[in-house]
Amino acid sequence: MKITLKIWRQKDSNSKGAFKTYVCDHVSPDMSFLEMLDVLNNDLIRKGEESIAFDHDCREGICGMCSLYINGHPHGPLQTTTCQLHMRSFKDGETITIEPWRAKAFPVVKDLVVDRSAFDRIQRSGGFISVNTGGVPDANEIPIPKKIADEAFDAATCIGCGACVAACKNASAMLFVSAKVSQFALLPQGKPERKERVEKMVAQMDEEGFGACTNTGACEAECPKGISITNIARMNREYFSAMTTSYEVAVGGGE
Amino acid sequence: MKLDSKIPEGPLAEKWTKHKFNVKLVNPANKRKYDVIVVGTGLAGASAAASLGELGYNVKAFCFQDSPRRAHSIAAQGGINAAKNYQNDGDSVYRLFYDTIKGGDYRAREGNVYRLAEVSVNIIDQCVAQGVPFAREYGGLLANRSFGGAQVSRTFYARGQTGQQLLLGAYSALNRQIANGKVKMYTRSEMLDVVIVDGKARGIITRDLVTGKIESHSAHAVLLCTGGYGNVFYLSTNAKGSNVTAAWRAHKKGALFANPCFTQIHPTCIPVSGDHQSKLTLMSESLRNDGRVWVPKVAKPGLKAVDAVSIPESERDYFLERKYPSFGNLVPRDVASRNAKTVCDEGRGVGATGLAVFLDFSDAIKRDGEAAIRAKYGNLFDMYAQITGDNPYKGPMMIYPAVHYTMGGLWVDYNLMTTIPGLYALGEANFSDHGANRLGASALMQGLADGYFVIPYTLGDYLAGMSYEKVSTDRPEFKEAIDTVNSRVNTLLSIKGKKTVDQFHRELGLTMWEYCGMSRSEGGLKTAKAKIQGLKKEFWSDVAVLGGAAELNQELEKALRVADLIELGELMVDDALNRDESCGGHFREESATPDGEAKRKDDEYAYVAAWEFKGEDQPEQLHKEELIFENVKLTQRSYK
Ligand SMILES: Cc1cc2nc3c(=O)[nH]c(=O)nc-3n(C[C@H](O)[C@H](O)[C@H](O)COP(=O)(O)OP(=O)(O)OC[C@H]3O[C@@H](n4cnc5c(N)ncnc54)[C@H](O)[C@@H]3O)c2cc1C
Ligand code: FES
Repeated sequence: MKITLKIWRQKDSNSKGAFKTYVCDHVSPDMSFLEMLDVLNNDLIRKGEESIAFDHDCREGICGMCSLYINGHPHGPLQTTTCQLHMRSFKDGETITIEPWRAKAFPVVKDLVVDRSAFDRIQRSGGFISVNTGGVPDANEIPIPKKIADEAFDAATCIGCGACVAACKNASAMLFVSAKVSQFALLPQGKPERKERVEKMVAQMDEEGFGACTNTGACEAECPKGISITNIARMNREYFSAMTTSYEVAVGGGE
Repeated sequence: MKLDSKIPEGPLAEKWTKHKFNVKLVNPANKRKYDVIVVGTGLAGASAAASLGELGYNVKAFCFQDSPRRAHSIAAQGGINAAKNYQNDGDSVYRLFYDTIKGGDYRAREGNVYRLAEVSVNIIDQCVAQGVPFAREYGGLLANRSFGGAQVSRTFYARGQTGQQLLLGAYSALNRQIANGKVKMYTRSEMLDVVIVDGKARGIITRDLVTGKIESHSAHAVLLCTGGYGNVFYLSTNAKGSNVTAAWRAHKKGALFANPCFTQIHPTCIPVSGDHQSKLTLMSESLRNDGRVWVPKVAKPGLKAVDAVSIPESERDYFLERKYPSFGNLVPRDVASRNAKTVCDEGRGVGATGLAVFLDFSDAIKRDGEAAIRAKYGNLFDMYAQITGDNPYKGPMMIYPAVHYTMGGLWVDYNLMTTIPGLYALGEANFSDHGANRLGASALMQGLADGYFVIPYTLGDYLAGMSYEKVSTDRPEFKEAIDTVNSRVNTLLSIKGKKTVDQFHRELGLTMWEYCGMSRSEGGLKTAKAKIQGLKKEFWSDVAVLGGAAELNQELEKALRVADLIELGELMVDDALNRDESCGGHFREESATPDGEAKRKDDEYAYVAAWEFKGEDQPEQLHKEELIFENVKLTQRSYK
């Protein structure tokens, strides 16, 4: 296959970027999208040109490290991660445009690499259950109905790639945040802290500069893991119930 | 150097309890006076950093990805073992211990393995309390599946994404400590050296991968939780970034490297499709619960999966079931891999390359229905379809063995301390618990055992004997280490050669796979050694690394890693040459039974081979730690 690539090149976060065009004329349909970029990069280096920086690690669709906004879609035309996309999804002779995630909260670091540390800061604000190592009950002490456990699992499969933000015209992170909020709100272990959790995570999300959710559903449609938008509805309910009911605030800190 | 494993005295089942009682404790109020560096945020590192932060130590944690959640552990699929005996099928701590020792072909320490089995039950409790959504039965209790090398059902799982769920659990615990100010997290930060002061590990040198800045960090102890080195083979199931640099730099500073040649080749991976291939994808071993492995009885070159359906039963050879009736498709990984290689070597392999065998679910689908199979393995089937373009619900999968895990690693004692005082190794980075072959679902168990339940005790024992005094990063030891790192970086950038880093890495991988892979011989290993030495010279004179030092430079990152992998490759070959026996994943052609099974030589090789670095281009020195078996009787493994 012969493919023309228009790729965003940007030296660093302070420089202005621009598209550059490359032609690859020995692309095999069995190559993954990232393998196609590997081949291009190796060709560039041999010609004395600097390779194109992009994030990736597992190449199995699970670590959430790869990104790329391909022909106007995060992770390209299929509902999968870029590392799991293969060139057989493109046509011979096609021109493919590759950009980094575009969002205020995800500044470009270099070329196609962006800074997604805002996601980590949201998780730190409350995406956990406060238990220390050791001294916990037996794992089978609290039965959890299979349906609930499965639903919590579905929410928990978010890989934190940021495609939802990249897909959203408001660059909202609601799908990402709601997935974690839902996982813990569903499980009995997560119930004691559910109110503080949702309040803190939403507050942090706003502070990071993610946009508001206007229910367009683009996030769900582009999510490589099929995280459902019903999580957003659940988070909204959690949030409003947290705001409208009071909860015990530990005074003086219990030891 | 005398290697002291520090295994506590006393009966097997009491060793760990006694040891926990005997270790020195650090008073809660004094813990905050100690700084601990944790390199790596996979299951081992994240669980260690979180647990140590909870205890009150000041922790600095590092990873090279953009988030601690992306460590390679995230990719583990099938499950985690624990001796809960929830199925009432005869499991016990002793049975898990026994299976692990036997599965490892009697090349691991009894004391370590018993402790691993013992704490396995706590791990599941811990994860459930953190909100890890394990698979459950309709009654609401936890579900189990069985894995290779075991006849009980003790593997806990979260669909095909167990590693992801366990890591996100550990990551959430880590996040809580970051929020509490007890852990400081450094992402996109790569450790390039360890700093030794007065004979003790007191810090590390890192490179900030965004700015290229070389930085010093000092502490009272350093924990390497940096994962395995399977990427020495270039093609493996490991994440692309997985590398040996942290362990290798420690090795060159005096930490012994144990059993480097013990590599696990996983039997069920998606076969290679072409030269562009950048990594291999594992299909979880759990698939062997329901999938049956076969090839045609008579060679049918180029046989495709879609055409396999029309081959009658009488013309199929279910070779694992035929040769190993009691374990069948669930024989341990090394046995399954070697047998797949054998049938392919006989010319009976399938697919375009002939380097593949079928894994067939048609009986399971007939028996349980497609929906049941989808519920168990849906995401794996989807992944398979995505990568190969074939539909595994309609025809069999094609699989072939691939490098997956490295049992070897930094030598550690019972306390997980390397031969450098204050330097610890946890998780896949150490060599400790899996002997010559790791059983499925035991790496996740070991990573979390080390991080949650072992290191919090054993590190305290060490720190309790140390003064609170911090060492300054202005000391000459730090300056020297920084200079070394800088000069390595600058040398790589100044070579300006013609070959890319990937080319070198691929060549190294081909050599390792050919001569130090599934089967090894003296002649082949000697060839490999010469090739690797040549490759090393060529690398340092002809590698092309463009760009600068003070910027995000992915080629430079790769070059630094590949340089270390090349050196490690040579040591693996030396180790494989030295071990003139077949055990676990290490198959020496010279040491086989008449029917081609691996032949162990317990009289000569029941030891851990620990290698000491003696200087650039000098042969490494071998130290032996004899393995003492007081509880199990060494027998030739049989899964027949
Ligand atoms: C595809 C696949 C499936 C698997 N499935 C299973 C399974 O079902 N069950 C099972 O038990 N095991 C499984 N395993 C094995 C298991 O996943 C690993 O052995 C285990 O997760 C390793 O964990 P770890 O914490 O030791 O290291 P890793 O998870 O590899 O983490 C290494 C960490 O170290 C960091 N690091 C490394 N070097 C440096 C450096 N120089 N500087 C800074 N940071 C560094 C990385 O950033 C990362 O955070 C699987 C492995 C693979 C490849
Ligand atoms: S590289 Fe891990 S999800 Fe794509």
